[in-house]
Amino acid sequence: MCCLTESGKITTDVDSLRSEIRDKSVRVIDVRREDDYKQDHIPTAVNLPLANLLSDDSPERVLKLVNSMGIDDETSVVVYDDTFGALASRVAWTLEYLGHSNVTLLETTYSHWKSLGLENDSQTPEIQSKEHSIHLRPEILATSDYLESVKTRDDVILIDNRERLNFLEQHIPGAISLPYRTLASNEHILRSKEDMKRLLDNRGITGDSEIITYCGSVGTLSGLAYYALKSVGLSNAKLYVRSFKEWKNLQKPTEKQEDANYWDLSAE
Amino acid sequence: MTISNLEQSSPDSEKPKINWGRIEEADNFAKTVKLFRQGKYDEASFRRFRLQHGAYGTRMTGDYAMVRIKLPAGEIYPHQFEKISQLSEQYSIGSAHFSTRENIQLHWVILEDVSEIFRGLAEVGLTSREACGNSVRNVMCSPLSGVCPDEKFDSTPYALATARFFLRNPMAQNLPRKFKFNFTCCEKHGMVRMVDVGLIPQIREIDGSSQRGFKIFLGGGLGNKSYVGHQLEEFTPEDDLLYTSIAVVRIFDRLGDRKNLARNRMRYLVNDMGWDKFQNLVFKERAIVRATQSIVTQLDVDTTPDEIKRPIRITDESGSSIPDGYARWLKTNTVKQKQSDYCSVFITLEAGDITANQLNALGDLICDFSSEGKARCGFVQNIALRYVLEDDLPRLYSKLLEVGLAKSGALTMTAPIGCSGTTSCNLALTNSHRLAKEIQRKFLELKLDEDDDLSDSSIKISGCPNSCGQHGIATIGFFGGGARFGKDMYPNYQMSLGGRSDGDTMLGEICLRIPAKRVIPVILRIIELFKDKKKSGDTLKSWIHRIVNGNEDSDIKSINDIKKILEPLIIPPTKEEDPDFYLDYGSDTSYHTKTGKGECAA
Repeated sequence: MCCLTESGKITTDVDSLRSEIRDKSVRVIDVRREDDYKQDHIPTAVNLPLANLLSDDSPERVLKLVNSMGIDDETSVVVYDDTFGALASRVAWTLEYLGHSNVTLLETTYSHWKSLGLENDSQTPEIQSKEHSIHLRPEILATSDYLESVKTRDDVILIDNRERLNFLEQHIPGAISLPYRTLASNEHILRSKEDMKRLLDNRGITGDSEIITYCGSVGTLSGLAYYALKSVGLSNAKLYVRSFKEWKNLQKPTEKQEDANYWDLSAE
Repeated sequence: MTISNLEQSSPDSEKPKINWGRIEEADNFAKTVKLFRQGKYDEASFRRFRLQHGAYGTRMTGDYAMVRIKLPAGEIYPHQFEKISQLSEQYSIGSAHFSTRENIQLHWVILEDVSEIFRGLAEVGLTSREACGNSVRNVMCSPLSGVCPDEKFDSTPYALATARFFLRNPMAQNLPRKFKFNFTCCEKHGMVRMVDVGLIPQIREIDGSSQRGFKIFLGGGLGNKSYVGHQLEEFTPEDDLLYTSIAVVRIFDRLGDRKNLARNRMRYLVNDMGWDKFQNLVFKERAIVRATQSIVTQLDVDTTPDEIKRPIRITDESGSSIPDGYARWLKTNTVKQKQSDYCSVFITLEAGDITANQLNALGDLICDFSSEGKARCGFVQNIALRYVLEDDLPRLYSKLLEVGLAKSGALTMTAPIGCSGTTSCNLALTNSHRLAKEIQRKFLELKLDEDDDLSDSSIKISGCPNSCGQHGIATIGFFGGGARFGKDMYPNYQMSLGGRSDGDTMLGEICLRIPAKRVIPVILRIIELFKDKKKSGDTLKSWIHRIVNGNEDSDIKSINDIKKILEPLIIPPTKEEDPDFYLDYGSDTSYHTKTGKGECAA
């Protein structure tokens, strides 16, 4: 039995996924590139490369994709990638936005899955199309207009999930920096609940606030952060899905750390 | 190379003997930060607390800190490299920085995340406790201690025992100012006269039996005002090492200037009191310490030899040829050890900076190549892998190439020291850090590292007069400041010549102020002058020393003569003629000096 997101479960552990696959009670989505997928993947997984989704992520298109992957409102879905969970998060969030509640992230990456010696194959499953409904959830989406409208509210926390140097150089005014690397632990795409809670609590990211996450361009790193927040029960979270790329294109104001040559400390 | 798959089978990595960490300090720090943010902890007390735990302030902001991780005696183990790599990606800028005092620094850390770093450090037995503040700072030891052909014995166990004794010791929690110990192997490789307490291992023969001990130097140090240390006595037996250390710390604690921040290092006390009087006081205090300290107060010196275990040999079946640049690297980055067949390999960094990936790679390379299973930090923002079999050097070089750590010149003048400067320090006036990198890149391009005449010279750069870049002991030293031409400001460096930190330790002599963008041409001009005047057997260093000491007989007899020749090079162009002249390295906006409150030097 898969754990529902309503029950607070954000990730699915390796053993649970394996038994769900055996029970045929789950739809697994591999969001890596098609070539990688074709080589090998978790058995029964369908392929939805992130780029494919992003080429048009309007609800109508997403609905078609979801239907074609054989997902209806009741289908339990587990998403994985090989990019520390960020791409999988973006896909999971898109399903959630469409109104699908039963979606979780595989707790680890595909590389780690393989390094554990777990099963994989190269077969593309036969999928019977299904009918999913649309119940959009605008409360988990933030737009640039929305960001503008809340900038004076002090019960809204804006989190930048890019790397520290990028944040220092330029960020949306009022944002705080929480680089995506901070969210993971060694083999897991997200830290343990206890560790995550302590980290966020130290930073003053608590349940009393509405929290918006953003990153560089398409809401992947910040998608992971969105699930990091949910993993400790901070469900009043929104993803600014078009992120800093759109913010800059719209020529909205930005802030930077002045009077320091921090880039010269980098060894890159 | 087709060995990557096999590397996973390397044996368990070596584990440290001493656990320096305390996990509870992480929780305590997190709590205290919260109280401070809630206004329940005043600024000055918090600052003191923060520094005591090794978190230093950051340029122009109270939101970030720099965490200085201590590596006592410079020792670092593979799993510690891995952890620091991870911490740098999570909480810092994806790079870490090796300091000149065997610390690794993580910069631009959010104050609220500092406790998470402490937690990670404690997991691998490391601490940043007392890495800043008015405490006994990291106890250094020569990176060659234990392998140096000229040493009397390995002082590493004594350095570790001293670090262990003073860390968290109540007697060292509230000193007038910071306090530093440097142990070394021999005269040549140490920095014992430029520190509060410097120690060189000695052996004395008494009645046919030999006794271990140290030559101890007191009251030296670099700073806004620098002093050379004095030798306490001919020979200090090892049993007296701890008593002497305690005595000196107690005198400093009692008599150090707690009011005048600018003059409260021990060297000022020694200077004000006069050496003879200070020396006498140390003898008296030591007698008291000896008489009153409990018998259990002893240095816990663990002299069990480290296990030297050749890593499992992974033979390279491909029989690939030796990569280009190997001979040059071999010459400028490796030294033979006293143990036959073994070498110590120094890794060239750029002003001490290293990426998270490189830190990780180093962890693996230690396991694969070092028979002692750990690495040592150097004195010049670098790192040494020791106990590498000579036969393995070509393969190690190839591996270093793969991760971008195979630059040549580690042990030459082409690896300048640059303090953090305006990249993160509140006190900095110039971007000394970037200047060091620029010099290195240019000089390696010119292959100056291969020039034997230059290899024993050094270039050291500080971004302000406070000497974190150790400019005072450089053959060619610089410290930053601002200068003005008309109404336009430009970054400028005071240059000194002839400093050294060996057996003939002396401070460099002030020569001339050089605009930042003229530093490279000026150094090249000095090299040209030297080449023109050099005598057989001369090095740049020996030539400069003859001049500084008034012993040169060519037409360049004094610093003043050099100054006259260089003066045409430093004439400022107008802003219209050369706008770049008015910009500091790494900056595209007009130069102005701006500083915040300092927390290390005055």
